[in-house]
Amino acid sequence: MATDLIPLGDPSLRQKVRLELVVNEERRDLVIDGYKSLLELLREELQLTGTKHGCELGECGACAVLLDGQLVLSCLVAAVECDGRSVQTVEGMQNGPTLHPLQSCFADAGAAQCGYCTPGFLLAAKELLERKPDATRAEIAEALSGQLCRCTGYLQIFEAVEAAAAQLRGGR
Amino acid sequence: MPKKSGRDGGARRAKSRSGELRTVGHNVARAEGVEKVTGAARYIDDLVFDDMLYGATLRSTVPAGRIVAVEKDPQFDWTGFVFVDHRDITAPGRNAVAMITEDQPFLAVDRVRHQAEPIWLVAHADRARLAAGLARITVRYEKEKAQLDFETATEVLKEIAIKRGDLDAAFARADVVVEGTYRTGAQEQLYIETNGVIAQPGAGDHADGITVHGSMQCPYYVVRALRVLLGLPEAKVRVVQTTTGGGFGGKEEYPSVLAGHAALLARKAGKPVKMVYERHEDLIATTKRHPSIITHRTAMKKDGTILGIDIDLRLDGGAYVTLSPVVLSRAAIHATGPYRADAVRIRGRVMMTHTPPNGAFRGFGAPQSQFAAEVHMDRIAAELGIEPIALRRKNLFNTGDVTATGQKLHDSVAAHEVLDRALARHAIATKAAAKARGKTAAKGAVKGAVKGATKNGAAANGAPLRGTGLALFFHGSGFTGGGEVKLASKAGIALTKDGVQLLVGSTEIGQGTRTMHAQIVAESLGIPYDMIDTADPDTARVPDSGPTVASRTCMVVGRILQRAAEKLRAQLGDYDDGKSFKKRARKLLEARGTVEVIEEYERPGDIVWNDTTYEGDAYGAYAWGANIADIEIDPISYQARCTHFTAVIDIGKAIHPILAEGQIEGGTLQGIGWALYEDVVMRDGKMHNASLTNYIIPTTLDTPPITVEIVEHPYKNGPFGAKGVGECPIDGPAAAIVNAIRAATGKRLDAVPATPERIMKALV
Repeated sequence: MATDLIPLGDPSLRQKVRLELVVNEERRDLVIDGYKSLLELLREELQLTGTKHGCELGECGACAVLLDGQLVLSCLVAAVECDGRSVQTVEGMQNGPTLHPLQSCFADAGAAQCGYCTPGFLLAAKELLERKPDATRAEIAEALSGQLCRCTGYLQIFEAVEAAAAQLRGGR
Repeated sequence: MPKKSGRDGGARRAKSRSGELRTVGHNVARAEGVEKVTGAARYIDDLVFDDMLYGATLRSTVPAGRIVAVEKDPQFDWTGFVFVDHRDITAPGRNAVAMITEDQPFLAVDRVRHQAEPIWLVAHADRARLAAGLARITVRYEKEKAQLDFETATEVLKEIAIKRGDLDAAFARADVVVEGTYRTGAQEQLYIETNGVIAQPGAGDHADGITVHGSMQCPYYVVRALRVLLGLPEAKVRVVQTTTGGGFGGKEEYPSVLAGHAALLARKAGKPVKMVYERHEDLIATTKRHPSIITHRTAMKKDGTILGIDIDLRLDGGAYVTLSPVVLSRAAIHATGPYRADAVRIRGRVMMTHTPPNGAFRGFGAPQSQFAAEVHMDRIAAELGIEPIALRRKNLFNTGDVTATGQKLHDSVAAHEVLDRALARHAIATKAAAKARGKTAAKGAVKGAVKGATKNGAAANGAPLRGTGLALFFHGSGFTGGGEVKLASKAGIALTKDGVQLLVGSTEIGQGTRTMHAQIVAESLGIPYDMIDTADPDTARVPDSGPTVASRTCMVVGRILQRAAEKLRAQLGDYDDGKSFKKRARKLLEARGTVEVIEEYERPGDIVWNDTTYEGDAYGAYAWGANIADIEIDPISYQARCTHFTAVIDIGKAIHPILAEGQIEGGTLQGIGWALYEDVVMRDGKMHNASLTNYIIPTTLDTPPITVEIVEHPYKNGPFGAKGVGECPIDGPAAAIVNAIRAATGKRLDAVPATPERIMKALV
């Protein structure tokens, strides 16, 4: 027996839900519409518009963020699933005024052209380097394969990740 | 410093011939780099205006038909909705998208001519309500016969002819005539940020004006479209480009349509209206690269000399003219490839079909026509039994040669040099790859593969089929023929107390416009790069610098800025550094209040074009390219994969080497995508695979190592010798890959995309 699906636009989805989560190391206590995705929560409730949408179907990777340190596509995560959890977005990568090595290397190496896919790439790369500080080119390509970029041809992105990895290993 | 792995280190580009330059030729910090890596950059959907509504479009679901009725579900609660249809466009406004012609309506009146054609516009403050409402409006049609296949279409939207020399005599003298027909498919630009705008009533002091913010390449195209639609003078229309998430031509003409729609809703509602397309809508409704069918007949001497070239070229225009006439003209002018012939005839036509209009896409017709030319060169080589490289060398343009339009190439011709460099770089890469595999470099095999004569016996045991293919190409920078004169682009510089501000209507869409223009001005003024600021691309502030298209933003607009800088420098008198510049600037500002130098395009005296006969100097300068593709084909799945790619491009001067390489790498991969993966499947006149799950663009895992080399053959009328770079890189990859597939399999494909299905059909 198929479960009865609630039609989109059904008032029950408008029920307000209370959520407590940590976003970029800051505690947030929110009351939101129950149907909202994590992407909508970030962009519309918290005005963290650095996280982008490119398809809202989990195909392009532009909305990738870290949820408890794991890379997720925020358009496919229901906001209610994030209760009690910790989210990191591109806005949380800097340390005060200092850019994360991935950010400065992306800017310097030409890895951000139009910039729309950049936040997703940065978080996917961060997740990889935390797991594998000495990732090879092949491992970088594999880890970033869910992120689409149409500008760069990816090579300057690979170079940026490698340069950042070297800086991070060097203890900078 | 981290080692640069993957791409060859060392001499990746020609040595700079301008060692004394302080800013140009250096990798300065990208102007908007930090905001793009911190999430601070604001794209259109990141903006929210007070009391803003969301807009959506009711679109046709048949390819051709008469609209009988549009009906709203009476059971639905329509409170708070705003509706617009064609009757809301009133004189002096016109229901016509101002482009080359005015054949395309903003909103269908009584007929639709393609799927996804806009019929009604709807707005509401709540997006979920809006979507629910849109689904409750139905359109009833009387269906009409639709012409969906451009190869059998008969209605011609535009025809041009290029003729040079005595073609009959050339064919009479020929030892051999080689004929071939080639096809290319549609391609979606696939910018990661979809099309989007926000329109708001009022412009400056004009309450009856209109202001549009949005993602776009050409703010002044949008101004013109809004003026025609709303019947407003220029002063009452303001357009502001927001940070734009990629364009590739897809945001050249289409934003005019979307801006018009949002403007109509905003005026009716009296509130700001945001319209941002979802991916599916963007895919089914917006322009694509024109599909093509191109037939070549070539009169050849046995020794490999081309005597005459006869080309018939047809493009699928879709239902309306849009920019097709100029796409056709660029396609035709580039259709011979970079080869001379004393007799040339090119007939080009754009065919009308009942499909969404095709339009601008990086390369603008030249990738299609040069795909045909370069695959045909390999066919000629095979039929004459001549080595493909030798055949090309014999016919390649040299300085002093004459093109199809009768243009004598007197400046910056690098066709041979890019070929030589590509062969050299490919040989190095092949040797390195062989070494990495622990084998000795198979010199003969590489040469043989380029010859197109490889027989790969390994296929029988399930090993991949391997092949190497070559393509040579060129790309005219700037508008075709008299286009730049008609544009009369303006750009300028304003003095500020801390330096200067650039006043330029060219847009930053990822390619590095802001950085590159600032470098040109910093170098010309002799002041540090960080003293250059650029005004926001707001038509209330910046002049019309012409559209940001056609590989013209560096060569043409950059040159105008350079001239403005030279004039400003003369006005300031002597200064030796940034500090003394500032002193003089402040003095001058005190005396005059404001100091602005606005310059206009000046036609170089030696460029002559006749638009009636299609003769003369089609472009001020050409970029030159050579590609070598190494591919392998899985003998079971028939999936072809590029294993290494060599791209050598002459761009005159790399103003910012990293940005220029980024253009070459990105354009090359987009070309590889077109060649192997990107297949727009149409059913009943509508894109059937309108999602990123089944319209496949290359991912990181599809990206081969790409060896890039920039050649710098300076062009005397370009800033610091620079020509265009944006489009040239996409002209070659498809032909190089299809030629490599032929080398690997011995079979002709003659079409892209080279999908596994197509390769299987050719092989089995």
